[in-house]
Amino acid sequence: MSVALYRIDDRLIHGQVVVGWGQALGAGFLVLADDGVRGSDWEQELYRMGVPSDMEVRFASVAEAVAAVPAWESDPRTGIVLTGSIEAMAALCAGAPTVRKVNVGGIHFRAGRTERLRYVFLAADEAAALRKLASAGVVVTAQDLPTAAPVPLEGFT
Amino acid sequence: MSEPLRGIVLAHADLAAALVGAARSIAGDDTGLTPLSNAGCDRAAIAARLEAAIGAGPALIFTDLAGGSCTTVAATVARNRPELRVVAGANLAMLLEFAFHRAEPLDAVAERVAAAGRAAVREVGR
Repeated sequence: MSVALYRIDDRLIHGQVVVGWGQALGAGFLVLADDGVRGSDWEQELYRMGVPSDMEVRFASVAEAVAAVPAWESDPRTGIVLTGSIEAMAALCAGAPTVRKVNVGGIHFRAGRTERLRYVFLAADEAAALRKLASAGVVVTAQDLPTAAPVPLEGFT
Repeated sequence: MSEPLRGIVLAHADLAAALVGAARSIAGDDTGLTPLSNAGCDRAAIAARLEAAIGAGPALIFTDLAGGSCTTVAATVARNRPELRVVAGANLAMLLEFAFHRAEPLDAVAERVAAAGRAAVREVGR
């Protein structure tokens, strides 16, 4: 097995990720690549709270994640790698070219963003960043839950 | 005598409104409970909604799913603020316990509602 899901989700580790995707994929490990949480033991403990004991949770900086992708890709278990922002995922893809598919799972409203899908709000520069990722050969789709149909990039940027 | 505690129910989709509505149908309108949803919000927006509902405090925050976004945000907001407590796993029994005992001190009410919520989960009819 390998990493089955590279996901952008600004709620980080939460129910949709752990229950929705984790159960459907039979995930054995979950990585949150986030520089802020990586530096906070307290936040790590908080995010561990919602993860079942049979799923390993790791916290990495984006730079650490870039270095670790080959190991995660060869892990015999199924994995999920999560970032909280497009910027972090773009950096991960740039440093780890084996990442070929990205799931936009949740980017919520903020001033300057417009609604593209019920769970995806993007500013113009964020939409451009996703298109840039796609132009580099990464397949970018939006899908909040595994039971929903993936929406191609053209459908929300 | 101090004001009765304020309770805030923060949950996914329409759950908080439904739970608070159910509590009011049993305990009357004066439950002290305010429903909030995380719908359409990132963590910062959930926190902003919560802060607006808390006001001056003290307050007890009920969340639905331990490990869900409502709980992680509520715990972050309440960190190092003794006037706030968070209890995850909200159910109707817990909210009713709050409605009838919210004149008591915050820490005592937090313990009381958590116990009531746990006691309400049971297998029946066997």
